[in-house]
Amino acid sequence: MSLSKIRSLALCGGLVLALGASLTACTGGAPTASTSSSATTAATTATNGNSAAGKKVTIGFSAPAADHGWMGAITKAAVAQAGKYPDVTLKVAEGTNDVNVQISQIETFINDKVDAIVLLPFDGAAMTPVALKAMAAGIKVINVDREFNSPFAARTTVLGDNYGMGVSAGTYMCSQLGSKKDAVIAEIAGIDNLPLTKDRSEGFAKALADCGLKVSNRVAADFTVQGGEQAAANLLQAAPKIDAIWNHDDDQGVGVMQAIKNSGRKEFFMVGGAGSANVMRQIKDDNTVLKATVVYPSTQAADGIMLARLLVQGKSLSDLVEVEVPRKVTLFAPVVSKTNVDQYLPTAFES
Amino acid sequence: MSDQVSAAPASTRRSLPPSVTRNLGLVIAFLAICAIGYFTAGNRFASVDNLMTILRLASIVGVVSIGQCFVVTSGGIDLSVGSMLGLATVWATTGATQYYADQTTWLLMVFAALAVGVVGGLLNGIMVAYGKIVPFMATLALMVAAKGLAEWIANRQTQIITVRGFENAFNADPLGIPTLVWIFALVAGGGWVLYNRTTFGRRTVAIGGNLEATRLAGIKTNRHIVMLYALSGLTVGIAAVMMMGRTMAGTSTHGSLYEMDAIAAVVVGGTLLKGGRGTIFGTVIGVLIFTTLTNIFTQNNLPLSVQQIAKGAIIVVAVLLQQYVAARKTA
Repeated sequence: MSLSKIRSLALCGGLVLALGASLTACTGGAPTASTSSSATTAATTATNGNSAAGKKVTIGFSAPAADHGWMGAITKAAVAQAGKYPDVTLKVAEGTNDVNVQISQIETFINDKVDAIVLLPFDGAAMTPVALKAMAAGIKVINVDREFNSPFAARTTVLGDNYGMGVSAGTYMCSQLGSKKDAVIAEIAGIDNLPLTKDRSEGFAKALADCGLKVSNRVAADFTVQGGEQAAANLLQAAPKIDAIWNHDDDQGVGVMQAIKNSGRKEFFMVGGAGSANVMRQIKDDNTVLKATVVYPSTQAADGIMLARLLVQGKSLSDLVEVEVPRKVTLFAPVVSKTNVDQYLPTAFES
Repeated sequence: MSDQVSAAPASTRRSLPPSVTRNLGLVIAFLAICAIGYFTAGNRFASVDNLMTILRLASIVGVVSIGQCFVVTSGGIDLSVGSMLGLATVWATTGATQYYADQTTWLLMVFAALAVGVVGGLLNGIMVAYGKIVPFMATLALMVAAKGLAEWIANRQTQIITVRGFENAFNADPLGIPTLVWIFALVAGGGWVLYNRTTFGRRTVAIGGNLEATRLAGIKTNRHIVMLYALSGLTVGIAAVMMMGRTMAGTSTHGSLYEMDAIAAVVVGGTLLKGGRGTIFGTVIGVLIFTTLTNIFTQNNLPLSVQQIAKGAIIVVAVLLQQYVAARKTA
């Protein structure tokens, strides 16, 4: 193996750990959103033809209604990713929170005999029967973000790491508050009772426990600006002194920041969640209480498109030794702070 | 005014059935939408597979719309249908219901869903007929409460159906036509007979035309109104079973905003929102217009947001047309 190849592999491996979401960089020549020179080197030298035009692939894509910034970004990123491949034709059936309609969209894809379907279901369980039908028809289904309840319903699943988000946020707080054992930590969750909210909170509590800290005040909002404002206003009333706040979602974070601004409080720092561009710019400017956020990649569906193309063309993730595309890809939830914000800003979503 | 009055003499000169001639504008609009589908997507649109996709999509909202049509014809409105549908799917798929269904028969789940629907309908009917609460508010109250109850029972989670018999019954395609479409056809056919060929239908129209006159004519209007909302509840229960069959799951988000889809289909179909005139045939076409539109947008890669604008425009045009026709009749 040549020296340059080893170097590029090492770079690429490091990149996976660092970027998490940017699997694209490691598939050999697939265009990457990162602008760093190391990524470019990796992308060009690790080429084994995955980005080269191959067999024509028709991919059907369906996602729920874009009622918050993250979901809007999902479709945008997927369409942009498909646009990078001249051999991919993307059919987009976007924007419905009615599973009945989403099922009919998938049925239309089956009728059209598409090669692959990238599906972010409104409700994973409710979309399982039609996904099974598509798989039975020989279509490769790539499940994104919300999991089906049958392992036979998808060839590959791309997920964000909700538990990992909590762990990352908790670990960051431990690093900032380490010596302060009586620190008051508050948590503003998203929609409570959603499995993903439960996962995030569990991971957060676990990471804090490892350094002897715990959540003192916890409120829940609903991912909307209005809900975030209300929840944060209540929290600030209830807790006269806070050392750190973790807010699960940057879309509701717009409201949370407004409530903090109205209260005039500055004694704590805040960590966000999901990783919107808006929040990253505030972290970069470093003139608010927002000091960090944890990423829940809005590029999941884009990765789904990339994997769908590889699957149909019979290719593999070229930097893995394995000759098949993996069964499941769980994306990393890194902490973005002032020191590394430039690396993540280009792939952050506008809310 | 009513179906019955115009039915007999009009058919002597025309060969088309009266239900078609009366809905001629609607049928033309529907055919025009189909033509757009054919010209933009060609044989992909005109295939049997696609026809079944459209019908499957139409069937659940379609069944709800048939019940809604009766309520609207009587001068009422049922806003609770969407939430009640969700509640019925949740109630019929709880751990306990599925456990007993597994021990006995999957029909228990069907019964549970129908019972929830009918009880909800009865509640609506009693509030409207005996409580004298305006239908909009009575059913709005149940819409909100049913949503909350469904979320509470299911703990906001999706309940997966594991009862084998239920799965098998809904995976079948008798005579090549999906079970869902059969159910829709039966409900629509039954609704048509009930509306056009029975005293129940005639009384419904009469109550919508003039409630007080109907009551003075000796008809027990309160009891009839309760039955009308119970009928709407029954269609909701049936639709809930269909939704469970389609998704193999029960959740409080099922049926979200279906009240709007159903009312839109009923009104676009030619039923007067103030009551006194309704049409089951028109309601079915109304449902098909919207679902075919959804299908065409999917086939042509167009965003649903644009479709919602088109949907809004269709509703406005349909209502303007209704007003124009009504004005010409009275003139």
